[in-house]
Amino acid sequence: MAVTLTPSTAPVTPARPVRDRQHRGVSRWVVLALVTLGALVMLVPFAFMLLNAFKSPGDYSSGGPLSWPTEFYTKGLRTYWTEVNFPLKFWNSALIAGSVAVLGVAVSLLNAYALGIGRVRGRLWIVGLFLLANMLPQEALIYPLYYVAKQVGLYNTQLSVIIIFTVIQSAFGTYLLASVMSTFPRSLLEAASLDGAGKWTVLWRVVFPNLRPTLAVLLIFFFIWTWNEFLIPLVMLIDNQTQTIPVALASLQGDRLMDAPTTNAGALISLVPAILFFLIFQRTLARGITAGAEK
Amino acid sequence: MAVSDTVAATPPAATPTPPAPSRRRRGRTAAYWLYLLPGAVLFLLVIGAPLVGTLYLSLTKWSGIGDPRWVGLDNYQHLLHDDVFWASFRNTIWMLVAMVVVPTVLGLLLAAVLFDVIGRRFKPRTAAALRAAFYLPQVLPVVVAGIVWGWILRPDGAFNSLLDAVGLGALRHDWLGDPGTALPAVMGVMIWVQIGYPVVVFMAALQRVDPELYEAAEVDGANWLHRFRAITLPQIRPETFVVALTCTIAALKVFGPIFALTRGGPDNATNVPSYFAYYTFFKKLQVGYGSAISMVLTLIIVVVAGIFIWMQARSERRDRGF
Repeated sequence: MAVTLTPSTAPVTPARPVRDRQHRGVSRWVVLALVTLGALVMLVPFAFMLLNAFKSPGDYSSGGPLSWPTEFYTKGLRTYWTEVNFPLKFWNSALIAGSVAVLGVAVSLLNAYALGIGRVRGRLWIVGLFLLANMLPQEALIYPLYYVAKQVGLYNTQLSVIIIFTVIQSAFGTYLLASVMSTFPRSLLEAASLDGAGKWTVLWRVVFPNLRPTLAVLLIFFFIWTWNEFLIPLVMLIDNQTQTIPVALASLQGDRLMDAPTTNAGALISLVPAILFFLIFQRTLARGITAGAEK
Repeated sequence: MAVSDTVAATPPAATPTPPAPSRRRRGRTAAYWLYLLPGAVLFLLVIGAPLVGTLYLSLTKWSGIGDPRWVGLDNYQHLLHDDVFWASFRNTIWMLVAMVVVPTVLGLLLAAVLFDVIGRRFKPRTAAALRAAFYLPQVLPVVVAGIVWGWILRPDGAFNSLLDAVGLGALRHDWLGDPGTALPAVMGVMIWVQIGYPVVVFMAALQRVDPELYEAAEVDGANWLHRFRAITLPQIRPETFVVALTCTIAALKVFGPIFALTRGGPDNATNVPSYFAYYTFFKKLQVGYGSAISMVLTLIIVVVAGIFIWMQARSERRDRGF
C-alpha cells in the first residue's frame, strides 16, 4: 500500500531568482515540454474514466472507449449509486476512517507521552516493537483476528475493523510522536511541574496544545490510510450493510455485474471523496509540516 | 469504544513525595507506564497475540474447522518445493523494480527538474501544477486504480483502442490475460501509482536545501548534471532512505492492486506472496500453509527493514565523521 507521507502543498518558491547565463535558450522549453508530456500521460486514465462514465452501454459498444459520448448519460452513475447503495458505503467508510483517526491519535499520544517525555526504561525497544507492527504484512495477523472476531461476535462489524486499525495506525503514530516529543523543551515541562501540575495536566495543558499541528497531520494520514485499506476490510466485512467503498467496488467487479460505463461511473464516484479530502486537508498538511520544520 | 473508556479512566497521575531524590526520580518514570497501558494492551491483543497465533498455526495442518493438527516444520518444508511459492517471490522482485527502483530514480529526476528547472525558470505555479498531476494517482484508492486499469487493459479496453487509433492496431493484445504480458502490464500500473510519492517527498526535501549552494555551483560553471550529482543527491539522502524503505515494504506487501487487476493470474504470472497467502487462507482453506507463507513474508520484511535501518544509521555516522 502506498504510504502517502508528506504531500506538502506549499507553492514551490525559490528563495531568490537566479540568473542563469548558460541555459537561457531553448533547452528549458524542451524540458518543460517533456515533463508536461509525462504529466499528461499520468492524467490519461482519469480522462478515460471521465469520458466513459457518462456513456450509455449502447454508445460504448458502438463507439468504443475513445469515442465522444453522443448523449449525457447519467444512468450508469445512478445504477452504481443505488446498486451499491453508495451513501451507506460512504457512511461505513467515513465511520471507520473517522473513528480510527481519532482513536489512533489518542492512543499514539498516550504511548508517545510515556516514551518520549516519560522516557520509560527500554523505550527504544518499545518504539522498535511498535514500528514493527506497522511493517508487518497484515496476512500475518489476519487469520487469528478473523477467527477470534467470529468467536466473540465482532465478525462483520465495523467495530472490529476500527479496533484493528486503531492499533495498526497508532503503531506508526507512536513512532512519529515519540521522536517529536523526545525533543520537547524540558524547561516548559519543568515550569509546569513547579507550578504543581501533575502528569495528566502537563499532557493536556502543555504537551497537547504544542503538538496540535502534528496531531492534525497524523489525524489526516490515519483517515486517508484507513479509508484506502483493503485486505482487512475485505476479510472482515462480508455484508452489504458493513462494507466500505473499496470493498464494495471490488466485489461488484468480481461478480462481473457491471458494464464498462458503470465500472467507470463507480470508479469516478469512489474517487470524488478522496480528491475532496485532499483538497480540504492540504492546507492543514502544509501548515503542519511547516510547524514541524520550525521546531 | 474500549479505548476512550480506558483513556477517561486513566487517573490523573498522583505525585508521591518519597524522601530520597533518586527514588523520587524512579517513581516519576514508573508513573508514566500508566500511560503506556492502553496502547500496550491493545497492541498485545491485536498485534502480539495474532502474530504468535499465526506462528503456531504455521506449524499445524488446519482447515479452519475442528482442531489444528501439529505437523512441525512440514509446511515450511512443503514451501521449499512449491513452484507457486517461488513464482510469487520471483514476481516480488519485479514488484520491487516497479514500486521502488523505477519510481525512486524517476522521482528523483522529476523532482530535481521540477524544482531546479521548471520552478526557477517558469512560474512556481507551473511546477506546482505539474507536481499535482504526478501526485494524483496517489490520492486514488489503489483498488479503484486497479479496477480502472483492469478495464483500460482489457481486450476491448481503452488501451487497445488507442493503439488502433494511432495505427498500431497490430499490437492489440489481451494485456492482463496473457501470461507473457500480464506482469509487465501490472508493473506499468504500479509505476503509475507510485511515482507521485517520491516526487512530492523529494520536492519538499529540496525546499530545505540552501539555494546559495546552487548559486555558488552555477557561478563556478557547474552544469545541471554536475549540480544534480554534487548537491541534489547528497542533500536529500535522508529522504531517499525513507522513500526507499517505505516503498520496499509496500512492494513486499502488495495486495490490493493484484487483487483488483489479475487475482494473481493468469497461471500465477502475477501472483505475489501476499495474495498467495490470502488465497491459501480463504479460498483453499489451508490455514496452516497460509500461515507459513505469511511468516516467511514477515521474516523477509523484518530482515530487509533491518538492513535498511542499519545502512541508514551507518551513512549518518559517516556523514558526521566527515
